[in-house]
Amino acid sequence: MPAGSSATRLGYGLLLALALLLPQAGVYPVFLMDVLCFALFACAFNLLLGYAGLLSFGHAAFFGAAAYATGHALREWGLAPELGLLFGVAVAALLGLVIGALAIRRSGIYFSMITLALAQMVYFLFLQAPFTHGEDGLQGVPRGQLFGVLGLNSDLVLYYLVLGVFVACYLLIQRIVDSPFGRVLAAVRDNEPRATSLGYDTARIRLLAFVLSASLAGLAGALKTLVLGFAALTDAHWTTSGLVILMVLVGGVGTLFGPVVGALIIVGLENRLGDIGAALAKITGISWFSGLGEAVTIVTGCIFMVCVMAFRRGLVGEALDAWRRRRGAQAGVGASPGELSA
Amino acid sequence: MSRSRTPGVSGTSPWLAAAAALLALLAGPGQAQKLSDGAIRIGFITDMSSVYSDLDGSAGGIAIQMAIDDFKAKNPGLAIELMTADHQNKADIASSKAREWFDQKGLDLLIGGTNSGASLAMKTVAAEKKKPFISIGAGTSKLTNEECTPYTVHYAYDTIALANVTGGAVVRAGGKSWYFLTADYAFGQSLEKDTSAVVSANGGKVLGAVRHPLNASDFSSFMLQAQASGAQILGLANAGGDTINAIKAANEFGVAGSMKLVGLLMFNTDVHSLGLELTKGMYMTDGWTWNQSEESRAWSKRFFDKVKRMPSMVQAGDYSATLQYLQAVKAAGTDDGDAVMAQLKKTRINDMFAKDAYIRQDGRMIHDMRLVQVKTPAESQAEWDLVKLVEIVPGEKAYQSLADSKCPFIRK
Amino acid sequence: MSSVLGVPLPALLAQLLLGLVNGSFYALLSLGLAVIFGLLNVINFSHGALYMMGAMTAWMGAQYLGLGYWPMLVLAPLAIGALGVLFERLLLRRLYGLDHLYGLLLTFGATLLIEGLFRSFFGASGQPYPVPELLRGSANLGFMVLPIYRAWVVVVSLLICAATWFVIERTPLGARLRAGTENPALTKAFGVNVPRLITLTYGFGVALAALAGVLAAPILQVQPLMGSNLIIVVFAVVVIGGMGSIAGAILTGLALGVVEGLTRVFYPPGSSTVVFVVMALVLLLRPAGLFGRQT
Repeated sequence: MPAGSSATRLGYGLLLALALLLPQAGVYPVFLMDVLCFALFACAFNLLLGYAGLLSFGHAAFFGAAAYATGHALREWGLAPELGLLFGVAVAALLGLVIGALAIRRSGIYFSMITLALAQMVYFLFLQAPFTHGEDGLQGVPRGQLFGVLGLNSDLVLYYLVLGVFVACYLLIQRIVDSPFGRVLAAVRDNEPRATSLGYDTARIRLLAFVLSASLAGLAGALKTLVLGFAALTDAHWTTSGLVILMVLVGGVGTLFGPVVGALIIVGLENRLGDIGAALAKITGISWFSGLGEAVTIVTGCIFMVCVMAFRRGLVGEALDAWRRRRGAQAGVGASPGELSA
Repeated sequence: MSRSRTPGVSGTSPWLAAAAALLALLAGPGQAQKLSDGAIRIGFITDMSSVYSDLDGSAGGIAIQMAIDDFKAKNPGLAIELMTADHQNKADIASSKAREWFDQKGLDLLIGGTNSGASLAMKTVAAEKKKPFISIGAGTSKLTNEECTPYTVHYAYDTIALANVTGGAVVRAGGKSWYFLTADYAFGQSLEKDTSAVVSANGGKVLGAVRHPLNASDFSSFMLQAQASGAQILGLANAGGDTINAIKAANEFGVAGSMKLVGLLMFNTDVHSLGLELTKGMYMTDGWTWNQSEESRAWSKRFFDKVKRMPSMVQAGDYSATLQYLQAVKAAGTDDGDAVMAQLKKTRINDMFAKDAYIRQDGRMIHDMRLVQVKTPAESQAEWDLVKLVEIVPGEKAYQSLADSKCPFIRK
Repeated sequence: MSSVLGVPLPALLAQLLLGLVNGSFYALLSLGLAVIFGLLNVINFSHGALYMMGAMTAWMGAQYLGLGYWPMLVLAPLAIGALGVLFERLLLRRLYGLDHLYGLLLTFGATLLIEGLFRSFFGASGQPYPVPELLRGSANLGFMVLPIYRAWVVVVSLLICAATWFVIERTPLGARLRAGTENPALTKAFGVNVPRLITLTYGFGVALAALAGVLAAPILQVQPLMGSNLIIVVFAVVVIGGMGSIAGAILTGLALGVVEGLTRVFYPPGSSTVVFVVMALVLLLRPAGLFGRQT
């Protein structure tokens, strides 16, 4: 989305106002916080996939590592929440540095496979390490008091904190994408040999993007631990990596807002499919729908396939494209080529 | 209100029934119960679409609904609602759903199905909201030890009971030398540790153990190592797909013939999916078998008519726990969490699931456990006639004693 | 009795043999994936689900049609292969010009769908499937007792792997196939029906997965999620071997079986991670895999 245009700013303003008011309107804050955490995770992932052109299959490793780190820091060491979050991010960044340094040397499918291999090793480490408590999960993480003064036990207060962090990170990602670094990153993505010939150290640029993405993904995991009060093995499992890929795909790869939409849809599905099914059953009178609540994987699989076949640019991507074409037609000029990946 | 209780599914004495009817008539509907929002809301969160979905799954919800219907038949005029959700084996989803139901839907009772991590997450939420949480499908003994709360009830079984019964009873039945095949993560290791302790305490000997990674498909090399040990008993300290693959490999490599296989965490669904040919002679511990009594048989037939499978211990536990809760609400006259928990802990449980059972201070439901042995194909009379009883171990012996409990809030 | 590192020699030999047995199974399983990627440049994530479908079809054949192991050994791969052909024609074909990513994602979505549907209809516990009469029992080899069925699996796997490699690398059909994927336009100009060849190849790769499933049914639990445990390992094998190489997948599968077997003896808890450690090492040292060609 071209940052700075008045329509965009108005759109964001409205969304922010909506986000601020939703809990007052009765929407459940914990659900919203869940969505925000995964939206942040998806945006972080999109930074790597959409803007750096790197498909990582192991992003759950950073999400889970920070979740455990923050959980441990808050529960065992009694750190304040802001310090706990920072610790989680630091751990994720460090892990990102290690895995990134190893994976960056290769490209394409081999890059993806290395990230998968290393993430699997991290997962098995978590499975066996005593501090994660394995399958039982790291339970009983306290919310504490922010900066020693603001008690976070109220869901509403925590919601505004999470919203604030999310908005800040979103702006950060926007800044990164529009900065000179972001432009160089796009150049490296589109044509690496040319970027190298222009004198850029492509490996270091990619590594920096990787570490940034890992850190933000870690922040998402750390926030989630704070919200729910525990960290579990599923946070680091490869199916979570798959889930975030789906969120970005559904929302729109390479768009800024796409991942947020994708996260909303997928998290909404996971939590609400049963309710949606019951509602559909009532409306249409077909009782088969009430069994929808057990069919989350089936529905997710269908959405995946439909998106790949028909909505490759994701919902936001398709919407942007349609909007651009209409504007182009109105201005009497042909549609301008989008900055979206194929 | 009079203290007349309906003991399980069987009939009440006619005088008591008449007295209750008269009282109900005089008291009028709704006045006898002080219910929050005027209704009792029960929530059920379990795995309905992943690896444990046969053990509990949506059929567990059907069992709970049966309990609600049975209770309503004897207590018309009470509004009781059931909400169910699939946590897909993710503690995140279980926890958020539970929270939402407590905060926004006025949930009064949370029933937790399979998956220990999800149960632990849910009990924290329930304790925070001061509402009862009954865990039925999860095995972790932490629920009544380090992670206990005044609002948690752990109902059908736990890993310590399984270790105690299986270890002790098998040694008493002659299985003195043991070798373990252990899933290499916290759960498997604790199962091995607990059972080893019991075996040694009962005069048996543990000759060794081999650890396998979680979800290992191929057990051939571990079978060779087990065979080389020369032990009488091969203890399978794992669960689910690992147990099933191990049993298949044991049969293939002849280990099932030379050693006796013991499943430390096995259910009738596992036996059914393997078939009797492969599992015959195996020892396992069950908290309840569908054909253990006339009452259980009758109830199981009703369940089978709806679900087309015989119930597992967990599904029967779902039914029983719900019924006990509803009766406790009626006896306490309110669905307030503290009052109901107090009522639950002072009532004897007598229904098709357990006889003369009770819920201890730490939340542990103490009931008799049964060591069973899988029948041979010749001995089995029907598709689901899978096991025969070897020994009944009384609840106090099977479960961890209160003195050993690490539960922080109980008075010992 | 001599021993190596504390493990007695007969036991070590036994584990090595078992490793080869498992390795041949890995080789067969990875073969289908390697064929599909090597020749079609499609990353078929649904390989695990197709393997599961092969096993479930074998069970369904026994349960509903009374067909035993031997007929299903041929029928199941044919049936699933036909489904694969349908899938390729209707859906996969449209993604060929695009990034690898989309083929991977489509097949990933298909995996979720297939596993979910099977779980929904048949439950998660699994179905019993016995070892066929003819292959029961075991052979005493002196240092160990080997079940006859396992020996059968080795024989079938190695035969099929060798035959596939031969067809692709040494026959005119294989040459046409390789040409068709390297340079479709030119090959078409020679009158070869390239799209049909590609469809059949995909069907063949799918059939290989299903065959592996039928072979696995008597020894592993037949349940809807049986493929998802294996798929990551199979990917690792193909990547280590080199994604374009058929021989690479076969040899790596065998080698991995042996490496895993040895790890199981000397350090059992590590046997699930060893494949990933090897994969990471190989990719760092030899980027295209052990036998792969640089793309």
